Formats: sequence, C-alpha cells, structure tokens
Amino acid sequence: MSLPLLTLLMLVPVAFGAAVLSLPRAAGRGVARLALAGHGAVVLLTLGVLGRFDATSGGLQMVERHVWVPSLGVDYFLGLDGLGLVCVLLAAFVPLMAFGFSGRVAARREGLYHALLLFLQGGLMGTFTALNFFHWFLFWELGLVPAYLLVRLFGGPKAGPASFQFFVYTMVGSVTLLLGFLALHAAGGSFDFIELAEFGKSGRLAKALADKLPWAGVFASGDALAVTVFLGVLLGFAVKVPLWPFHTWLPATYSEAPSPVTMVLTGVMSKMGVYGLLRIAMPIFPDQFRVCQGALVLLALATVVLPTFAAFAQTDLKRVLAYSSVNHLGYCVLGIFILAPGATGPAWLEGAAAPALNGVVLQMLNHGLTSATLFGCVELLEGRLESVRTLGRYGGLRAAVPVLTGLMGISFFASVGLPGLNGFVGEFLIFKGVFASAPWAAAVASIGLLVTGVFLLTAMQKLFHGPLNAGESVVPDLNTRERWMVGVPVALMFVLGIYPDLVLRLINPTLMRLAGSH
Amino acid sequence: MISTASYFWMIPLLPLFAAGLSAVLPRTARRASAALAIGSMGLAFVLSVSAFIGTLAGHGSEHGARSVVNFDWFHLGTGVVRLGVLLDPLAAVMLVMVSFVGLLIFIFSVGYMEHDANGGRFFCFLSLFAAAMLGLTISNSLILLFACWEGMGVASYLLIGFWFHKPAAAAAAKKAFVVTRIGDIGLFLGLLWLYGEAGSLLLFDAGRGCLEPGALALVTTTKVGSSLTAAAGIGLLLFVGAVGKSGQLPLHVWLPDAMEGPTPVSALIHAATMVAAGVFLVARVFPLMAGGDGVTVGSGTSGVLQVIAWVGASTAVFAALIAVGQNDIKRILAYSTVSQLGYMFLGLATGGVAVGMFHLITHAFFKALLFLGSGSVIHGCHEEQDIRRMGGLRRWMPVTFAAYAVGMMALAGVPLVFSGFWSKDEILHSAWLWEPSRWPFVMGVLGAFLTAFYMTRQVAEVFFGEYRGATGRVAHAAADKGHRQKSHHPVQAAHGDGVHESPWVMTGPLILLGVFAVLLGVIGTPAWPWFEAYLGGHEAVFDLGRLSHAAPVMIVSAVVVAAGMGLGWMLYGKRPRTSPESPDVLEPVLGGFHRALARRLYVDELYDVTVVAGHRLLSRLANWMDLLFIGGVVVLVGWVSNAAAYVMRWADELFVNAGFDAGCGTVGWLGRRVSKLQGGRARGYLAGMALGVVALGAWVLWGMNVG
Repeated sequence: MSLPLLTLLMLVPVAFGAAVLSLPRAAGRGVARLALAGHGAVVLLTLGVLGRFDATSGGLQMVERHVWVPSLGVDYFLGLDGLGLVCVLLAAFVPLMAFGFSGRVAARREGLYHALLLFLQGGLMGTFTALNFFHWFLFWELGLVPAYLLVRLFGGPKAGPASFQFFVYTMVGSVTLLLGFLALHAAGGSFDFIELAEFGKSGRLAKALADKLPWAGVFASGDALAVTVFLGVLLGFAVKVPLWPFHTWLPATYSEAPSPVTMVLTGVMSKMGVYGLLRIAMPIFPDQFRVCQGALVLLALATVVLPTFAAFAQTDLKRVLAYSSVNHLGYCVLGIFILAPGATGPAWLEGAAAPALNGVVLQMLNHGLTSATLFGCVELLEGRLESVRTLGRYGGLRAAVPVLTGLMGISFFASVGLPGLNGFVGEFLIFKGVFASAPWAAAVASIGLLVTGVFLLTAMQKLFHGPLNAGESVVPDLNTRERWMVGVPVALMFVLGIYPDLVLRLINPTLMRLAGSH
Repeated sequence: MISTASYFWMIPLLPLFAAGLSAVLPRTARRASAALAIGSMGLAFVLSVSAFIGTLAGHGSEHGARSVVNFDWFHLGTGVVRLGVLLDPLAAVMLVMVSFVGLLIFIFSVGYMEHDANGGRFFCFLSLFAAAMLGLTISNSLILLFACWEGMGVASYLLIGFWFHKPAAAAAAKKAFVVTRIGDIGLFLGLLWLYGEAGSLLLFDAGRGCLEPGALALVTTTKVGSSLTAAAGIGLLLFVGAVGKSGQLPLHVWLPDAMEGPTPVSALIHAATMVAAGVFLVARVFPLMAGGDGVTVGSGTSGVLQVIAWVGASTAVFAALIAVGQNDIKRILAYSTVSQLGYMFLGLATGGVAVGMFHLITHAFFKALLFLGSGSVIHGCHEEQDIRRMGGLRRWMPVTFAAYAVGMMALAGVPLVFSGFWSKDEILHSAWLWEPSRWPFVMGVLGAFLTAFYMTRQVAEVFFGEYRGATGRVAHAAADKGHRQKSHHPVQAAHGDGVHESPWVMTGPLILLGVFAVLLGVIGTPAWPWFEAYLGGHEAVFDLGRLSHAAPVMIVSAVVVAAGMGLGWMLYGKRPRTSPESPDVLEPVLGGFHRALARRLYVDELYDVTVVAGHRLLSRLANWMDLLFIGGVVVLVGWVSNAAAYVMRWADELFVNAGFDAGCGTVGWLGRRVSKLQGGRARGYLAGMALGVVALGAWVLWGMNVG
C-alpha cells in the first residue's frame, strides 16, 4: 500500500505547526528553519502527488476512503482531480513563497506566526482534498481561525476592525452554507459531494426537501425552498471569492493584513470560493442555478467591472491590488455562471464550456501566482520605505530600485493580461466561453480589461516614474536572495504564458468531465 | 520553397532572443546590448531578404507564394488550439521593410543614445519592439497576431516612457497604452466573435482557416439582426483595433504625445513601423473586410470598407490641419503621420490591399528619414524642438538638410521623382473611382495641399532664414527637459556656432533612407505596377498607356502640391521669421481658428471633460458605494451582533459558562486570546456564533429525524 499522500498533505503542515509552536522562545533561528522545513516537506509531498497524478483520466485519484460516522453518512473521503490539483499546487507553493517574504513581519512573534501560517496551510489542504461535507466544512472553518489571527495579531494599525469584518462576513457565509448542507443531508441522506451531485442532477432535490423538512411549509413551494437552500450554500462561497456586493471585507482585510499573509489570502484562500462553486454548488444545484442564472451573471459582471473603478479611486497600493484581485476572480465567477446549466452538444461543449471552465481554473492558478508575487513586491517595498503604499507619497523609484521595478512591472503586466505572460490565456479562454454564451456579457466584462490597465498603469506611474527625491536614491535594490524570491515566480509567469499546456493538459480532462455532467 | 527562406519563422525570434539576453545583462553592458540588437536585426534582415526572394521564386504557383507552418499550442476540450506562421508576399514585403528600417534605427541609436546611462535597456526594448513587429508580420493566427500586437504596445510603452523621470514622458507612455488598449478591446472582441463563427483563428489552415473560402462564406452569410452580417460586425471590431494602433480619429490623441520618447528612435517607431500595424491588420484580413471578396481590387463597397474610407479620409484632413498650427518639429511630423495613415486606410478601402500597402511602404521610408532627420536636427541644436528657435540650419547641417529635403518632398508628393507622389497618387486615383462617394477624394486632395504646405513651412522655418536659437537659452531648455543626455559639445555664444552636423552613424542611415525615398516609386507607377502584381501573385506588365489613364488625377495632385508648396514658401520662406517670439504669419489671417489648431482642435480637452472626468466620477461612485456598504450595512450588522453578543454573554454567564470553557478548551483559549484584543466583543460574538450554529443545526437534524 502506498503512502496516503493526501492525508499527509493536510497533516504534515499541522504537525510542523504544532512543533514550531512548542519550540522554546530561545530557539532563535531554529523557529524559522523548522517552519521552512515544514513548507519544504509540503512541497515535496505535492511533487509526489504531481508525480502520481494521471493527467489523462480526469477522474478522482489517490482516493482515501474510510467509514467515519456511519449513522450520519459521514466518511473520511479524500480525492484529487485536475481542479483539486491546481488548488493543492497553490496551497503548497504560495505559503512557501509567503514564508520567504515573512522575515520582517514575523519578527514580532516568530513562533506563533509561523505556526499559524502552517495551520492555515493544513486547513487549505484539507479543504481542497476533502470530498465529504462534514470533513470538508471542518477544514473550511479551521482555515479561517489562523487566517483571522494572522491578520489580527500581525496586521496594520486598523487590523482589528478589518479582521473582525473579515470574520463576520465569512462566518455569516459559513452559517448559511452549513444550514444549507444540513437541509441537503436531510433531503438526500448524504454528506458525500459526489452522491449529492448525482442526487441534484436527478432533479429530485426540490421534492425531497419539501418532503423531508418539517418546516418546508414556510416556503411557497419545494422549488422556492430548494432555491433558498442553494442561495444559502452559494453565499458561503460568494463571500469567500468574493462576489459583489459581498466583497467589502476584502480591501480592508487585504490591506491591513501583513503582505505575506495577504499573499496566502489572495493566492489560495480566495480560490476556496471558486473551488466550492465548481466542486459543490454547481454540480449539486443545476435546477436551482437555472432559476437564478440571470441575476448571478449580473452580479458576476458587477464583480468584474465595479471593483476596477473602485481600484482607480484608491490611494493605498494594497487596496488597489485588493480590488484588482476582486476583478480577476470576477472573471472566474463569470466563466462559471455564464454556462447554461443542462446544455449539451459538441458545439456548446467545445465552444463555450471547455474554454470557459479551463479558463476559470487556469485563471485561478495564474491569479494566485501573479497576485502573490505583487503583494510580495509590496512587502519588499515596504521594508525599504515605510509609507510607500500611499500612492503619490513617493515617485521615481525606478531610478533607485530598477530590478524590483522591472520584476514588479512584469507582474503588473501579467495582471493586466498581457499575452506572453500567464494572465492572458486564462482570460482569453474565459472570454471565449462567455462570448459564445452571451456576447453582450463579454462586451460588458471587457470594460474590466480596459480599466484594469488604467489603474495598474496609474499605480505604476505614481510609484516608479517621475523624478526621484534625493533622499530616496539611497534605497537599496533587491539583494540576491530577494531576486530569486521574485525572479522565480516571474519566470514562471513567462513559462505559463508561453506554454499554458503545462497546466491545461492536467486540468482539461477533469473539466471536460465536469462540463459533461453539468 | 527551400533554402534559407524556410527559416523565416526565426526572423522574429532573433531580436526576441537579443531582448531576453540583454534584459539579464548588467545595465552597464550597453555595448553588448547594442551589438546584440544590431547583430540580431542584421541577421533578421538577411533572412527577410532571402524570404522575400523565396516568395518571388514561388510566384505563379497555386497558392501564390504562401507557405504556412502551424503548430500545437495547447489542448482544449477534445481538440487542440494551434498557432502558426506564414510567409506570403504581404508578409515578405513587411518583413523586409521592418527589418531594414529597424536596422537603420538601431544603428542610428548608437549615436543618438551614446550618452544615456540607461542605453543598454534602450536596445533591449528596441529589440523587443522589433520582435513583436516582425512576429505580427508573419502571424498565421490572429491570437499570435494579437499577442505581438500587445507586445508592441508594451515595447512602445517602455520606449515612450524611457525617460521615466520626466513626468510628461511617464504620462504619455500611459496614455499611449491606455488609448490603444481601447482599440485593442475592440480587436479582442472581434477575435472572439470570429473564433466563435469560424471555429478557428488560424488564417490559413488547409481550407479550415478563417480567411479561407469555407469560413468566409459562413461569416459573410450569417446575419446578426436584420442587415448586419457577422463579417461586417467582426470587420468593424477588428478595425477599431486598427484605429487605436494606427492613431485614427477618434483615438489619435496618443500618437502626438508619444513624441516624449527619445527623439528619433521612439518617434520613428511611432511613425514608420508600429503604427502601420493597424493598416497591416486591415490588409491581412482584407477578404473579411471586403465582405468575402478579397481578390478583386477596387470592389470595395462593403459597409466596413465604407467606414474605413470615411475614417481614413477624415483623419487625413483633420490631422493635416492640426499640423499646420504646430511648432514642435516632432509634433508636426506626428500629426503628419496620423494624416498619412489616414491615406493608407483610404487607399485600402477604395483601392484594395496593394494601394494601401504601397503607401505604407513608401511612407515608412520617407517618414523614417524625416524623423531621423529631425533627431539629427534636435541633436545638433542641443535638444531644441521648437522650430521657431531654429532657422538657417542648412549651413551647418548640409547632409541632414539634403536628406530632410528629400524626405519632405517625398511626403509632400513632389511629382515623378519621389516615391510619395506615386503612392499617394494611387490612393487619390482609387478614391476618384470610388463608387459610393467622391467626397473622400476631395478630402484627400485637400489633405495633399495641406501636407505640401505644412512641410514647406517646417523646412523653411528650420533650415532657411537666420538662426534664432539663443544658445544660453538652448542650454537652459535642455537642462529643463531634464534629459540625461548631456551635450558633449560646448555651447558657444556665437550665432549657430553651437549647432553641429551629426556623426556618420546618424547621417549614414539618413542617406540610405533618402535613396529609397526616391527609388521606391519605381515599383508602383501606373505604367509598371510591379508592387500590386507581386501582392496579387501575377506578372507585372509594362504599359505606358496606363499613365495617360491616370493622368488627370496626377495632374490635379501635382497642381495641388505645387500650390501648397508655393503658398508655404511665400508665407514662410520668402520672409522668414526674425525672432522666436513673433507670431505666425497665419495668426492674423486665421485668428481664433489658428489658436484652435495650435491647441490641437481641443480634442484632448474634450476628452478630459468627458471620458476622463466620467471615469473619475464612476470611480468615486464605485468607491463610495463600497464605503456605504461598510459604513451602513456592515456597521448595522455589527450593532445587531453586538447586541446579540451581549445577550448571549449574559446567557453564558448564567448557564453555560463553566461547561463551555471546560469542554472547548481550544476555543476558550482562542476566545481569551481574542478577548484581550477585542475587549470582549469578538469573544461574545464567537460564542454567540457557535451557540447559534449548534442550535440551528440541532433544529434541522431534529426535524430530519422527525420527518
């Protein structure tokens, strides 16, 4: 019997986190070393997973299944397909990246910081591999706690209100999600995502809900009840992504969190929402989704367009990037919502579903890479000039830090969606799918493409261009270690932009399966 | 096709490689960067010429002389998305032009950027630009074309903003990127539409490409609404992209500002090569634009072609008018470029691919010549760009003057000898024969008059009369501009003494370009229309009789050019201005209109109060909406939850305090930890949440059991 890699993925970071926490304060550099070993171990395990992954199958692999609570239909059920793999890759590498940028932030309480980061990683891994609601929800919630504490304890001056808001929003979403699943369990008798999806596809959900729930009479019909349950589940994901108008926690949290933590929040945690939509909400509720599709597409378009305008109005660089994140994930949500539920036929599959879904998952990876790199660059800038985030406070930094400017500039352009860099292919594919489904929606969303260029270039202009003050000319450029820390992700942006097949061939079979069962 | 011609796919990769390598070279390695750039471009030129010769050899075969190489890019669905490159006469002629003119720019830059500390990066960006332009030229896939198109946008951004410490340059760079991106969005949507309709974005793919009869028949017959065909909709969207890139109305505003880049070089990119990409795009997808019938030249009365003709003609006149009122030597040329690009579109729309492309090629040479000439002038005058502060330069810069005069006459369209005459005449001729309307022809003639006029004015102001640049002032102005480039020539006090001829690396390319600005006309005269025949894939026949056919329009155009030059000389040459401050001779005559011309007809101001202000307003609104959410709804929720937490806490104390803490050790630890920070608020909240969840969950489960 081979190693239960997926279980290890989740346990190893938690174990290392506990070990880091138990080190005495006097351990000094040992704390960071042990944490790095933890992240390294996770990366090694992930490489193992990648090696064992069969790209051609498209189905669930490396499945681990054990009976857990038989009376409630709860199994310990882990598995991975192309979608999960992309998320696991992000969950493995982004925290490692964040670790690299953590030196300044963690200095306050090294042990606690690194332990929390590792706990967070464990929670993320669990979320992306669990296939039973009970177990999945546990990690979904457990991930929230270390994230909250990282923001609260290591964040900026307004971290208190920001983290509180983050917690309230996500918690409300989680509660409705939980209630929705309890209702589903009542109706379908299972917590198993796969079984629930079969059940949802069969069209019996509304009736079962109406029959099994004693308080169903409150609702006008079984359909209305089912839609309510769907919206409850959806809210949990919508807050996490976030979908407009549930996004207002995000700019505050991303900007108040220490930048390395923001890297994990935006690089990985935001993907939990998109993952949930693809894995859970869409397959289980096709009929209910059909009822709400029009409104949801409008919300997705609002998520794409409005934050770009809001970003333009920001004066804090991190808030600009935060809004940019909302916009980028908006494309993901749009790509999911635009697909007509129940549609079939090769023209639809090849022309709309395959590009849109592949684009969405590729965009998840690309956004994780690009936004994490950008926030990493912010950390490097902040380490050099404390109030650098206030746009307009400094200018002309390109003369002082040309290498940082170059690398961050490339990341900016990746974020703008420049061909040749990673962002383009995902966005192109999403737009292809959206255009094939509803040309007007693609036209509206393209406003987002345009305005993203405007505000990112404006930010770049304010930071790097113009005359340099004499006092800033002594700011040092990147040292060798920092060059590697930013240079490697930037190189990866080129690789993924030029040869996206590296990822697409891993995810395409999975997404074709998903589209086929849509 | 065999031999070196089959390596044409390497042509864009060479400068790309040079760009990549010099990007990682240390910044001080400027010589290595320059050598890499020039070497790769030289090799690209050699390969381009051999590819060109290859297309000559392939003449007369079934597919003309087209060779296509397609390759897999990535898996999608059950299929594969492919990219490809192609070599046909249209691509070959662009390859030769771009690599040759590009090579000359690179060489010229060695002299021009000699004193720039960041010179190494400059060659890196130039190479990146060249790679993108050459890649675009041979793209057989609209995705690849779009990628190169955007790559050029970035290279252009980097080059315009090369002197990034100048706020004006940084702003101009951003403006160029954003304004062209408006067009790019149109192009992008057009691509998506075409992709959906044709199922492929490969241009030629053994019958399955989107420019091949099968797909063309489909898109030209698919109706959207009552009258618009898919081809028309797609064509218009693609043209929006061309409008942005080629600086046509109403997206022309970025191009004059782009002159903030290093003088001759970046300016040249924005005159000879990159801006021609829009024209090239229309030429490339011409069958689509023409509504399926791309073979017969001059059959263009499709809706898209009509739009293109009107936009081109309007831009030609509009920009030429503004050029009359400008005083910056580069801005005059920039508006001239906008105007000439308008001619190219007019030519494409009324006369077909060969007419528009011929002007593109001749214009590339003489506009390159003019821009490099202006660079030489500016270099010689210590970074002075205002023509009112020049004068009499022909005495100190004879080579530059001679070359510039050739360029000016080619642009103005002086009959018979200069290439510009022949290419512009072709356009006017087709506009004359255009069925839908004669007005574009009239506008073209008016534009030709204005072109002759403003170019004569410019040459008279710069090269004739007395030198008006106060040297002390010049030095001051140069310092003002903050150029890193420090003049290596001591500024002398005597009249014009500080002015000097440029070194041979700068004048050499001028002379070469001058020769071509004259000679190129030969290949496109009505008597021997070799260029058209070459693009069309048939043999050129020499026939003097066709000259007489074209004679009426040629005579009109010659008269108009003579009138424009004569008037220009009368106003500016005979009585040259004596001081920089004295008003333009047209000012008293035209009054307010001249002021409007000088202010570029207030287009930028108009955009400022509409588009820019609207964007700002929307941004404030979006931001305000978010703040309202935080300030309103969320605070309300906060109050409510606080109140709830208060109640819960009270319940906590009374009923479950001990049990809760003992049972949930971790949560308790967490709660205490948080409570220290949150003053109890979050603790109560967390506890409330947990209790609420448990209670509700129990309720549902209970209901389930009962049910």
